[in-house]
Amino acid sequence: MNFFNIALLILLTGSLAALAIRRSSLASWVGTAATVTACLFALTSSLHVLLTGEVLRQSLPWSVPGGEFALLIDPLAAFFVLPISLLSLFCALYAGPYMRHSGQQRSLSSHWFFFLLMVAAMLLVVTAANAVLFLATWEMMTLTSFFLVAWDHRQAEVRKAAWLYLLAAHLGMMLLLALFLLAGDICNSFNFSDFGPLARIPLGSASILYLLALFGFGVKAGLFPLHIWLPDAHPAAPSHVSALMSGVLIKTGIYGILRVVSLLPAAPAWWGWLMALLGGAGALYGISLAAQQRDIKRCLAYSTVENIGIIFLGLGFGIVATAEGHPQLALLAFAGGLLHLWNHALFKGVMFLGAGTLMHATGTRDMNRMGGLLRRMPLAGLLWIGGSLAIGALPPFNGLVSEWLIYISLARAGAGVVGFGALAPLLLFGLLGLVGALALVTFTRLIGICLLGEPRDPGAATAREADPVMLFSMGTLLTGCLAIGLYPQGALRLMARPLSQVVQTSPEMIAGLGQQVAPLGFAALLLVAILLLTAGLLFVIRRHRPLAQGTTWRCGYRFPSPRMSYTGEGYGEFAAWHLLPAFMRPTVNGGHIVGPFPAPARLHQESTDPVLVRLLHPLFTGIAERCQRLRWLQQGQLSVYLFYIFIASAVLMAWSIWAGGRGG
Amino acid sequence: MMPLTNPLLLVVILINFFTLGSARLVACIRIVAFQGALLAMLPLTTHGITGHAVLLAIGAFSFKGVLIPWLLIRAIREVRIRREVEPLIGFVPTLILGALTTAGAFLFSDFLPLVAEHHGGLYVPTALATMFAGFLLLITRRKAITQVLGYLMLENGIFIIGVLLSEAMPLMVEAGVLLDLLVGIFVMGIVMNQINREFTSIGTQRLSDLKE
Repeated sequence: MNFFNIALLILLTGSLAALAIRRSSLASWVGTAATVTACLFALTSSLHVLLTGEVLRQSLPWSVPGGEFALLIDPLAAFFVLPISLLSLFCALYAGPYMRHSGQQRSLSSHWFFFLLMVAAMLLVVTAANAVLFLATWEMMTLTSFFLVAWDHRQAEVRKAAWLYLLAAHLGMMLLLALFLLAGDICNSFNFSDFGPLARIPLGSASILYLLALFGFGVKAGLFPLHIWLPDAHPAAPSHVSALMSGVLIKTGIYGILRVVSLLPAAPAWWGWLMALLGGAGALYGISLAAQQRDIKRCLAYSTVENIGIIFLGLGFGIVATAEGHPQLALLAFAGGLLHLWNHALFKGVMFLGAGTLMHATGTRDMNRMGGLLRRMPLAGLLWIGGSLAIGALPPFNGLVSEWLIYISLARAGAGVVGFGALAPLLLFGLLGLVGALALVTFTRLIGICLLGEPRDPGAATAREADPVMLFSMGTLLTGCLAIGLYPQGALRLMARPLSQVVQTSPEMIAGLGQQVAPLGFAALLLVAILLLTAGLLFVIRRHRPLAQGTTWRCGYRFPSPRMSYTGEGYGEFAAWHLLPAFMRPTVNGGHIVGPFPAPARLHQESTDPVLVRLLHPLFTGIAERCQRLRWLQQGQLSVYLFYIFIASAVLMAWSIWAGGRGG
Repeated sequence: MMPLTNPLLLVVILINFFTLGSARLVACIRIVAFQGALLAMLPLTTHGITGHAVLLAIGAFSFKGVLIPWLLIRAIREVRIRREVEPLIGFVPTLILGALTTAGAFLFSDFLPLVAEHHGGLYVPTALATMFAGFLLLITRRKAITQVLGYLMLENGIFIIGVLLSEAMPLMVEAGVLLDLLVGIFVMGIVMNQINREFTSIGTQRLSDLKE
């Protein structure tokens, strides 16, 4: 516990120190140093818990009603502390050079203040063992991340995105307040350690608590119909912040759901089906929209919705399998979901940091204005390609391992059950396959349009290689991806204790799990060896026989220009116009060509979020219009307002007497 | 000393009716000041002459009986307010409402879960009746200055309840309440001045222009 406390102390003092320093470079230095040391401490304590299984706890009195400063690092908490501290460390390293330019215009002290506080809040959220402390740190996490998202607040769209985020987060917070008030009411205490009676409540009230948790935490996690803040907030934030938010901050929502489910009585199957269904729908929805975005960070944000969907699919199916009495399948599904959570933190970190590097070099987030970047920034480009391979679940990286576990769990469930019951897992299996295919389209498009070909814009033409520290951060994260891909047994062994906390298991079953994925690691190793050999061979051949350089085929045009090359829209056209239902297609303006000698025409294509635009926007506008009718209450006269107060206090008095008379 | 308490509280209730029925502003201020001065004696008659009670009485007398009324009368002179109360509801209906709320206060206090020694006394019904009368004054009068008076009466009602508890309540809390009151009056005085300057009248109705 000491190490963890030291980490928290360093983060808090570091944030205050950063706030006091006006000079940007010094603030950056202090912020980075504080985050790195604190994260190393937190990492040590989480590894300690994961390896030894010792549960660390501490409790300090706290003068808040119902509150207690109780922290608990059990394996489940340590499972989340590990990626949080790891990713925060590299994001902080990355942030120094990334923010240098904007630090010349304004002081970075507030940025580092909020960044350090956000890391501390995330660490506290997953270790808090008291509902009041949990909600307080949850709110702190929301507020600090809001300020980080709103860093470029001079742009109207950033302000709008930040407000949307704050609004969504607080709607979720309302559900969480209800959840913990109900739970506290049942158990007469707000300490998680006293939440034992929750495991014995009837199914009806347990289901209400579960739904509150699923949707309350789901808002933060980006669960399907509640993901609306994500695609706007991630592009608006600075890249390392989006990496951190997408990589670990939204995972705290999953932590919350897992924690609440572990406190509730044994889950019925429909809880799992609901989660898996929303997860599957979210995965398909997210990746379909990701394939249409031209803003690279918006594309990655939708890919986050997809990956969160996959995690929910795995966890939800795990709950189903537990409820139906297939512990083996449940273990596979839970292992897949949880491992995907780690994996996503790693490769989404690489992808967002890489996107930041490209943005930093070209000054735009629009993929149609990039191109030819692999030649200009080869290392960053290669790392980004590596991240894309991982996120597209291709060997030899880690994305494959976790999705593979979910796949075999679904396939075995489909094969093991006879009759109609087999349909649902097999349908989910197919859905996951479809998602995987669309992910390949999305990421080949992202790489192809951004990195390959010729630059389409002067900004892209003058791009230069990124700062070595930025490359180091990305490179280390990608090495982590590769390590899990090559040696998945190691990651699973580390996950054994958290797994046994969420699903019934035995050491033999965990060992069996390792054996299931071991061939995958071996094949990946073989693949890497073959690739290296081939590359070496090609390199030798190339040195002996230099290739002749020629121009590409010009489709019959005399003077081809980069403007003629494929755009992002062009590449995604098939997916967008032939695969997706009409309501998910992008909106197109202009581009009508009339006559044999047409005048110059413009075409603009934009992909908006259908859930937000077609569902939630009309809904909330409707509510607001209905509420306009209540305006007659606001008369603007002091005496009328005083009359309201009078009525309210009179009613309260009468009610208190009535309730007092009834309750004694 | 106990026998003095009940007549004192009855006079307080009568003063409530007087303020609700009076049309003259200065008379209203004077009678509320008198009410405050009477209430300042309440700690002495209730608890006998102890250091705590004397301090409380002196504090309440100087604030409620002297300082605030003096401020209000000065304000009338400075802002040149017409010396009539402008009611939103006529005087007779206000008086009837006042009578109803007083009756209600007496009925209501029977239902309250009180300590045995407070049961049956006049303290709680008087406090409630005074608070309701203050509220009525706040709601039914147009001028900002009568609203300050209403606020003052509201506080007088709270003070009566406070006297019941003054054994249990530390002096600091009482002092804090009085200081609160003074600050409240100051703020309302400033607001009044601003309203006067902005709209050249201190009717709070003009404030509806500020409605969004």
